[in-house]
Amino acid sequence: MKGWEVVIGLETHCQLGTRTKLFCPCPSSFGSPPNENACPVCSGQPGVLPVLNAEALALGVRAGLALGCSIAAESRFDRKNYFYCDLPKGFQTTQYAQPFALGGGIELTNGRRVRLARIHLEEDAGKAIHDRGERTLVDLNRAGVPLIEIVTEPDLRSSAEAHECLTLLREVLVYAGVSDCDMEKGSLRCDVNVSVRRPGEDLRVRVELKNLNSFRHVVLAIEHEVARQIRAYEGGEPVVQETRLFDAASGATRTMRRKEDEDDYRYFPEPDLPPARVDAAFLARERARIPELPAARRARYVSELGLSAYDAGVLTGQRALSDFFEATVALSGTDAAKRVANWVTNDLRAATDDPALAGTSPAALARLIELVEGGRISTGAGRQVLKELLRAGGDPDELVASLGLAQVSDEADIEAWCRAALAGRDSVVAAVRAGDLKALGAVIGPVMKASGGRANPAVVRETLLRLIGSA
Amino acid sequence: MSESAAVLRERVARGDERAADVVERTLARIRAREPVVGALFEVHAERARACAAELDAARAAGRPPGALHGVPLVLKANMCLAGVETNCGSRILAGWRAPYTATFVERALAAGAIPIATAHMDEFAMGSSGENSAFGVARNPWDPTRSPGGSSSGCAAAVAAGMVPLALGSDTGGSVRQPAAFCGLAGFKPTWGRVSRYGLVAFGSSLDQVSPLARDVRDLELALSVLAGRDERDATTLAEDAPKREEGADLAGLRVGVPHEFFPEALEPDARVRVESALEVLVGLGARLVPLSLPLVPHSLATYYVVATAEASSNLARFDGVRYGPRVEGDGTLAGMMAATRTRGFGDEVKRRILLGTYVLSSGYRSAWYRRAQRVRDALSADFARAFEEVDVLAGPTSPGPAFRLGERSADPLAMYAADVLTVPASLAGLPAVSVPCGLVERDGRALPVGLQLIGPRRADARVLRVARVFQDASEHHLAAPPLPGAVA
Repeated sequence: MKGWEVVIGLETHCQLGTRTKLFCPCPSSFGSPPNENACPVCSGQPGVLPVLNAEALALGVRAGLALGCSIAAESRFDRKNYFYCDLPKGFQTTQYAQPFALGGGIELTNGRRVRLARIHLEEDAGKAIHDRGERTLVDLNRAGVPLIEIVTEPDLRSSAEAHECLTLLREVLVYAGVSDCDMEKGSLRCDVNVSVRRPGEDLRVRVELKNLNSFRHVVLAIEHEVARQIRAYEGGEPVVQETRLFDAASGATRTMRRKEDEDDYRYFPEPDLPPARVDAAFLARERARIPELPAARRARYVSELGLSAYDAGVLTGQRALSDFFEATVALSGTDAAKRVANWVTNDLRAATDDPALAGTSPAALARLIELVEGGRISTGAGRQVLKELLRAGGDPDELVASLGLAQVSDEADIEAWCRAALAGRDSVVAAVRAGDLKALGAVIGPVMKASGGRANPAVVRETLLRLIGSA
Repeated sequence: MSESAAVLRERVARGDERAADVVERTLARIRAREPVVGALFEVHAERARACAAELDAARAAGRPPGALHGVPLVLKANMCLAGVETNCGSRILAGWRAPYTATFVERALAAGAIPIATAHMDEFAMGSSGENSAFGVARNPWDPTRSPGGSSSGCAAAVAAGMVPLALGSDTGGSVRQPAAFCGLAGFKPTWGRVSRYGLVAFGSSLDQVSPLARDVRDLELALSVLAGRDERDATTLAEDAPKREEGADLAGLRVGVPHEFFPEALEPDARVRVESALEVLVGLGARLVPLSLPLVPHSLATYYVVATAEASSNLARFDGVRYGPRVEGDGTLAGMMAATRTRGFGDEVKRRILLGTYVLSSGYRSAWYRRAQRVRDALSADFARAFEEVDVLAGPTSPGPAFRLGERSADPLAMYAADVLTVPASLAGLPAVSVPCGLVERDGRALPVGLQLIGPRRADARVLRVARVFQDASEHHLAAPPLPGAVA
């Protein structure tokens, strides 16, 4: 590694969250039986024509705006020609010469900016299935599903930067409602271009890595590839321009095709589609649909709500969690923000990705926190109430009553439990009298246990000290 | 001489004749004349009878008749009608039944037309003689040793033989206008975008237009009123309704541009004479002739064969044996199967054009060929636009000569391509253009029709058709009919 600089660029395909495909009315949903979502258009029957899905253009434009791109008033479609069994028309309709978005960028936490080259709209291919018997099967459910391809400049300098860049990219796309970016469903896919060079040199030959099914694979593949290239150069071998496949099992990459074997795609303008036009009203509408983005939220959580950068990061990591947090703070007040953050990042996050869907509400959490803070229930009891809220919903006050969790502050009850606990623990009494207040812990436990966890710990401590002092 | 679509429609709509009787009469004519002209791939007798029964029932139930009520219609074999074999004249689609119906066919059906047969054509509309068909070569009713033109060969032969009053062809570089000229018919290519292409199997997408053929220009106007208009399934259709028919019995004040490039050396002398007399007829009707020049017209043919083949090479990529059509397994690999399927499925002319189109789009050659052709195309369109600042329509011959003999040019692709030299300019510029008969010339003792081509500015479809109609009514060349056996009333 020493003396080498790593140069990385990303090409990310993201499936847009439209209801229907890019050029026909078939559903673009995931998980249907094979070839159920296919019609004459997306199965490439003779004589059919594409019609652009306006929702796809809108989501693409929104992604472009959220990433700071300039949006072209007019973009065009081209045909990328090649033969494969999962490509029904024998060409992919994509934007080659005039994409809808140019420029833009992503700020890394180390202050470096990753420039975006472009974002374009295109259709997905179908799926070829090779492992069900002798013949290859083709499922066209995915054929024609709308994608955007987001292409960065070669501005990334490490696998960690690549990982962060992808994480930030995914956050923005999810926040903006552009895509669910679920890598398992294939709605986010990433190809990586990697080269190495001596600092100050021009770019050397790059290798494209494919088949990266998780961010972790992206990191592993880059690291393997960087080491391979450096080894080659240092051993006096050239690196050839090629596409390599990552093999998750071995953690290695292997040649898929060399540059000279690449198809000549014979791009030319798609005669069946007029230019896609975006006017000022269209832009304004999509701009208005972009919520506050995660980076801005994080900054605000730290500066206005006094959260730690860590908590702010955890909260904004999932938009649903962050939205829930904000709604709760709106009810509890900004002074309670830290406490709300604790409940959300610890208890809620452990239980669910989306608290609003899990049956609880910001109002319920706000009330729960109020009950704990006001001493009506213990923190432990609060956790029990939250569990119940997430399990079956309901009202926190009613749950406290029905579960018998109300804190006991009645001095008579507490004194009785304390006396019972002190009986036979003379050594504790002696230690406390000698000034070792930590020894008190040995009796607080039995008291809490005797009360079923409901005794107010402050009152218990006070009572114990009084009883020991007066003995 | 059988009646026009308009006259027939009136009779059936009035109740003077049932649609069912029209169908039987038409089937009888087809039986009598098909052995001579060989125009049809398939006759849809049962479907047509069912269709007619519905129309008669609808009329009996008092539902208003459509604009083509009871009119039997022949479709070119590249037009999708659900359940009907739409093989485009190609082995690669042999047996392929369309799973859906084209928008323009739906419109014709909704207007009461009766699709009665599918016509032969040059494979994937690539050809100017009808000879590039895997299923049958239509003959010209005026002289069965000659070609009816192409690629809408069967459509033109069927209408000229009096089987039906109206056929729908497709015109990419002249594939309706040239057969119309060869067969003594009127054939109209609308402004590109006027008629939806959804359901027309693509050849050159930026050029293709569904184009009617008939004996009477009025039937073309009727067809246009039914077929034209915005289609949600074709994003390239014009955002306007079908144009209104333009009335008028003379051409007073009409400025007719006569580009000298439309009268090349290759134009046969007697055909030139017929066209020049047609221009005199226009003058007699009140028009003024304006000689002018369209300097890029001589480059049209080369430009056309770059653009059309480039698009075709991509449009025909889907015929790969994976989803439809006869598959040839080859060596068992995917690439091997595709290559074997396409090698066996496509005819020589289609292969030639796919290769040409692939070449002109290839990296390293794209700038020199495809991009340069696009620039010439843009410049040609600009030339036309400038011309239309001075004149209302352009006029000239449709074809350099009358119908040539079957077999005469089939071994010489360039000679065959030259047949399109006068029709491709309007195609490249997307302009409305019509061919109307303008007289007969003699070859080997047989009379053969010659066509006058009229071209208008974009979207001036109705104007072009009006000029053609006024000329037709004044000249009556359209009344000349080929000598036919088996005359049936």
